[in-house]
Amino acid sequence: MEPVLEVNSLTMDFGGLRAIDQLNLRVMPSEIVALIGPNGAGKTTFFNCITGIYTPSAGDIFLSVNGRRERLNGLKPNRVTQKGIARTFQNIRLFQNMTVLENVMIGRHCRTSSGILGAIFRDRRTRLEEEKVVSDSYKILEKIGLDRFVNELAMNLPYGAQRRLEIARALATEPFLLLLDEPAAGMNQKETQELDELIVNIRDTENISILLIEHDMKLVMRISDRIYVVDYGKKIARGNPLEIQRNPAVIKAYLGEDPDA
Amino acid sequence: MNVRGELKKSFQISAWFMFLTFPILVIRVNTVENVIEWRWYNMAIVGVSTFLGSALWRYLLSVKEKSQRINAASPGNMTSFQKAFSDKRFFYPALFILIGFVISFPFLFSMYQANIMITALIYVMLGLGLNIVVGLAGLLDLGYVAFYAVGAYSYGLLNFHFGLGFWTTLPIAAILAALAGILLGYPVLRLRGDYLAIVTLGFGEIIRLVLENWGEFSHGPSGIANIPRPSLLGIDMTLTQNTIFTYFVMIGLVLFTIFVVNRLQNSRIGRAWIALREDEIACQAMGIDRTRTKLTAFALGATWAGMGGVVFAAKTTFINPASFTIWESVIILCIVVLGGMGSILGVISGALVLTLLPEYLRAFSEYRMLIFGIMLVSMMVFRPEGIIRNVRRTYTFSKE
Repeated sequence: MEPVLEVNSLTMDFGGLRAIDQLNLRVMPSEIVALIGPNGAGKTTFFNCITGIYTPSAGDIFLSVNGRRERLNGLKPNRVTQKGIARTFQNIRLFQNMTVLENVMIGRHCRTSSGILGAIFRDRRTRLEEEKVVSDSYKILEKIGLDRFVNELAMNLPYGAQRRLEIARALATEPFLLLLDEPAAGMNQKETQELDELIVNIRDTENISILLIEHDMKLVMRISDRIYVVDYGKKIARGNPLEIQRNPAVIKAYLGEDPDA
Repeated sequence: MNVRGELKKSFQISAWFMFLTFPILVIRVNTVENVIEWRWYNMAIVGVSTFLGSALWRYLLSVKEKSQRINAASPGNMTSFQKAFSDKRFFYPALFILIGFVISFPFLFSMYQANIMITALIYVMLGLGLNIVVGLAGLLDLGYVAFYAVGAYSYGLLNFHFGLGFWTTLPIAAILAALAGILLGYPVLRLRGDYLAIVTLGFGEIIRLVLENWGEFSHGPSGIANIPRPSLLGIDMTLTQNTIFTYFVMIGLVLFTIFVVNRLQNSRIGRAWIALREDEIACQAMGIDRTRTKLTAFALGATWAGMGGVVFAAKTTFINPASFTIWESVIILCIVVLGGMGSILGVISGALVLTLLPEYLRAFSEYRMLIFGIMLVSMMVFRPEGIIRNVRRTYTFSKE
């Protein structure tokens, strides 16, 4: 089977600093892959490269969808989203002064097409499209469990709900691959538990592959099919949760070397 | 609220002011008789007025904070004004009276009043246009007057060279202004906030300086005179009749603007503008084309300035670059910010307040800028969301 996302020896330099060094990564269809590593290891930079916020210095990024393989290097972020990669942000980036529903409706933007004239004249096609955007968005909110907040401003939501809304908004773009950047950060245990069910549920019902960055090891070990560990921009380990837990290089990166050993 | 603490702070402030103003307001050296005059009454005035002023300021701030705690901004919580507005028993009679007033206005009042109203309506249109750029798309544009100038000069020059009339030029000027908007938009695509403000400010000045110095093209500082007033099927009209006609043309154009802006605001594009304002990176990550969204905002914002410019040229029959200074941009920006960013009703009331107040406050013309400044500062402190807050649209769903 062809991987949904294939990243070959990706390198990202910022001046003299090599944030990502020759990183290879694959995400198979309907797979949950975790990317872990200490702070500053280059995980978010890696996401930014894939989603087009940064243009990588070297290497290739391929997205394979429905048997078509496309190179994503150098595409603008909105084009990448249109191709089928959606993401959430480490520090929540919701549209604070828009309602919850509108936040999700923004996600539908790239799957709809009505323009200026349509907006002014509100012809039949535009009206139907608009109605569909509203009902589709509501369905997504129901699925994520945010439907009771529909008309609430995003900024008034409790923290956990804001994180979920980010996921809802990303799902609205109809992705094939969902990138989650620390989705459980700042959540309590119950919220994390619910999140973990949500992520597995998204994978199972929508057939979306998921690549996530996360520091909550319990969550990572519970839901990931495979884990990549990076440190200083380099991959130091790869494998299933059990292998990663036993890997000496990973233990060293996380806990440091034992000076007495 | 800790009343004693607040009063103590006000007292400290007044003491500090008395100390600061002591050398200039209290001591005066009388050089004729070589004596020092002690004007203690000045100190008393400063002390009492700063004490009262600061106490009032603190009281208003605490009231504001209290009310914020009670109703946190949410689309469900409307202001009393908006509640009254949505009540049909109130809304229809009010609308009826408003329509009656608007129609009878030029017949009830003098031509002077009608002219003031035309100017106010032009500013309503300009405000609504800039509202797209600043209020919705969040692009701080300090050179908006450039598009106003483009509109006015389009009419002036097209009429001078080719004899084109008001109605032919109106759409042409709108298109030219939109093109100018795109022209400005391209180089500033990557800029945000302060940087954008500076570049747009420069752009506005460039247009004005070109008009001022490129004599062969724009007739330089002497401007273009004898621009025809709006015509109606070639009927000859007296000045009074024409003013009334211009008034109604302007009413029509404002209604058209409100209609279009309102529809744009609640559309796919309008939402993209607001998303762009809220968070540019997230907006792109959601699949919105930043370039396109920004350029449409600049172009559609500039369109209204172009049309406003044509009416301005037709109304005054004379234009020169002096009418298009940075000051105009600032006023239009104030209209948007004071009225309420993104809110159509807010911008309309902002425009009416800011253009009509100075006219009717001519008696206090020396204090005009002072009143203006105090008003802006207190608005920003006590009601930063503007006269009328923009309320997001709500949707209702039935559970199936």
